[in-house]
Amino acid sequence: METLGRSFADAIGLLWGMDSALIETVVLTLQVTLVALAIALVIGIPIGAAIGLARHLPGRWLIVPLIYTGMGLPPVTVGLFTYLLLSNQGPLGSLGWLFTPAGMIVAQTIIALPLVVGLTMAAVQGVDPNLPVQMVSLGATRRQVASVTLLEARVGVTAAVVAAYGAIISEVGAVMLVGGNIEGETRVLTTAIVLETRRGNFALAMALGIILLSLAFLTNFAFHRLQVHQGVR
Amino acid sequence: MTATYELTDIRHCYGDRCVVDIPTLDVPKGEILGLVGPSGAGKSTLLRLLDFLETPTQGRIRFAGTEIDGDASLATRRDVTTVFQRPMLLKRSVAANVRVGRKLRGLDTKNGCTEQWLDRLGLTDLADAPARTLSAGEAQRVALARALVIEPSVLLLDEPTGNLDPYNVGLLEEIVRSENSERGTTIVIVTHDVFQARRLADRTGLMVAGRMVELADTEAFFSAPQQPQTAAFLRGDLLL
Amino acid sequence: MPSRIIVFVVVVLLAASCSSGTSDEVQVLRLATTTSTNDSGLLDALLPAFEAKNDARVDVVAVGTGQAIALGEAGDADVILVHARAREDSFVAEGHGTARFDVMYNDFVIVGPADDPASIAGIPLASEAFAAIYTAEATFASRGDDSGTHSKERSLWEAAGMTSDPDAGWHKALGQGMGSTLNYANEVGAYALTDRGTFLAQGDTLQNLRVMVGGASIDENTDPSLLNPYGVIPVNPDKGGIDTDLADLFVDWLTSIETQQQIEIFGIDSFGQPLFYPDSEAWRNR
Repeated sequence: METLGRSFADAIGLLWGMDSALIETVVLTLQVTLVALAIALVIGIPIGAAIGLARHLPGRWLIVPLIYTGMGLPPVTVGLFTYLLLSNQGPLGSLGWLFTPAGMIVAQTIIALPLVVGLTMAAVQGVDPNLPVQMVSLGATRRQVASVTLLEARVGVTAAVVAAYGAIISEVGAVMLVGGNIEGETRVLTTAIVLETRRGNFALAMALGIILLSLAFLTNFAFHRLQVHQGVR
Repeated sequence: MTATYELTDIRHCYGDRCVVDIPTLDVPKGEILGLVGPSGAGKSTLLRLLDFLETPTQGRIRFAGTEIDGDASLATRRDVTTVFQRPMLLKRSVAANVRVGRKLRGLDTKNGCTEQWLDRLGLTDLADAPARTLSAGEAQRVALARALVIEPSVLLLDEPTGNLDPYNVGLLEEIVRSENSERGTTIVIVTHDVFQARRLADRTGLMVAGRMVELADTEAFFSAPQQPQTAAFLRGDLLL
Repeated sequence: MPSRIIVFVVVVLLAASCSSGTSDEVQVLRLATTTSTNDSGLLDALLPAFEAKNDARVDVVAVGTGQAIALGEAGDADVILVHARAREDSFVAEGHGTARFDVMYNDFVIVGPADDPASIAGIPLASEAFAAIYTAEATFASRGDDSGTHSKERSLWEAAGMTSDPDAGWHKALGQGMGSTLNYANEVGAYALTDRGTFLAQGDTLQNLRVMVGGASIDENTDPSLLNPYGVIPVNPDKGGIDTDLADLFVDWLTSIETQQQIEIFGIDSFGQPLFYPDSEAWRNR
């Protein structure tokens, strides 16, 4: 109880004092997560929309369960896979991305991608199947049908964004393995929490956790404002 | 004058099931053609072929003098539009829904066209209302406004007033009629309401099991049907 | 029909979870120790003898040194076994533990990449090697986690004339365990300070690393500052819920000549050399 109380005080103290190491950690956390999210969205939303619209896609019986399975990938497994990929002995070792933020972004993109694809696909499938016909009748091209449908599914697509963001900002296994938790270079909030816990600094670790949650809340608050602004409650 | 549609040897089948079988059908420019018949007669399918939503399994379609080879071009497709029985409106405001056709074509939406059509269909007060708050009649009026604001050469209607109250039925019919007389839009309307066909159509056709049983000037169709099936249908007998 | 299957599955799951919670009449000793101690495999080899003799079960919680000590302070462990002398002494002085007892020691070595950019191979004293690394600004992988090993790193930087963790780009503070730190050093070709046991145990996975300072076995280690003593401390019963009797039995057993002999031979089969050297008072006076 005392530890919890001290944690809140510590959290406020850290933020107030603008501790430079903390600022560095927070900035890196946001950089890695937001870049990974952006890449996952750019690649994943079109794919999810395409699969969602193609109701008679050959191989759907296999593709959809694969996507659903991907949504539940253990982050630490993705981290291990990425590590092996980027290691010196691995196929992409020459990139030199291991133990750098670039490698962490790769791992988090892999984690986020199935979530974006799967939830966008589900959102698009939830749109009335008669809508594409009506749009074509009104003169829409294939691309326009897809974009109108995506817009109709915007509630579900926003949920995809939120879910993917939540998954990667809070994961620790992948960024620990691929990043190495190097101070000033690859230390993010989650790996910092593990370190402080290991050191026995429970109050500080808890404070970092509170800061992480606040970050997540602020971004989600912004996402929701966007939803409301689009005229959807 | 070139007919808007010239259909030759049209057969449209899904696997073994052939749902439209029409050796010949011409629709002159500016005509209002009414299609009646029992459910499953292929009327809606014919409309889909006329809207170029599907390509007929067999047969040729000439549209405005041009042979349609395979898939119709985008320009051709954009010259025809359908108002369905259920208006598929988007989750936007009424005005945004009416504008959507012009937006898809990249046309100017600020020239007042939208406002004019909203006004003609009595929707001005609802312009900013979300589409989901509309009644069935209001929604169908939006669908009609949305179709007409793009100024198509051909307007297809598939049972557009099936579940509407008399006021909305009357309003929609009046708009369709004046669209045809003012702009010369070719109109094909599928309806279960034979009286509607009688009120609106220049010619009326009876479709049964994919075939055009009788196609005649509306007055002749109703007062002196040539085919026994037509007579039976008009009497309300079940057609097998 | 399906609803009956669901009920059956739920009942089976509940029954399974219930049965796993039955308390045997076995006493449980909560031992907090460090990951490197646990990873060496020593405890797996030794503990069964204690458990059989006392009809007990030892729950080993292997965490970072700081966390292990924190567990002791909170009374979440009955006894701690760590290797950070200064912190152990504070632990007892502040009244968290009853007394500290010598158990054993092992040694640290400095490992590094085969091409040895700082030319430290064979330097007899670790502090000199650290100075050379500093001058050459060669990449160094630090534990960075306030562990026993990290404390040793700090004392060596101090002995070399540096007052704090160098924070230049070549000094990487990982904040991870020994195994992960060695993996990193292996991957990027960095120097690291490691206990010999973890390095030997990871064997082939560290193809790029060699022992630079410390010799091939503890006998050849010419630097006394690289010795790493372990201490065992029973937690103060004032904290409540501490099994003091069992903790005391554990300490007696761990420092007994019989167990110390087991410690002496542990590792010889696998690595051709022992990983630890017995050093309890009883052993020294035998």
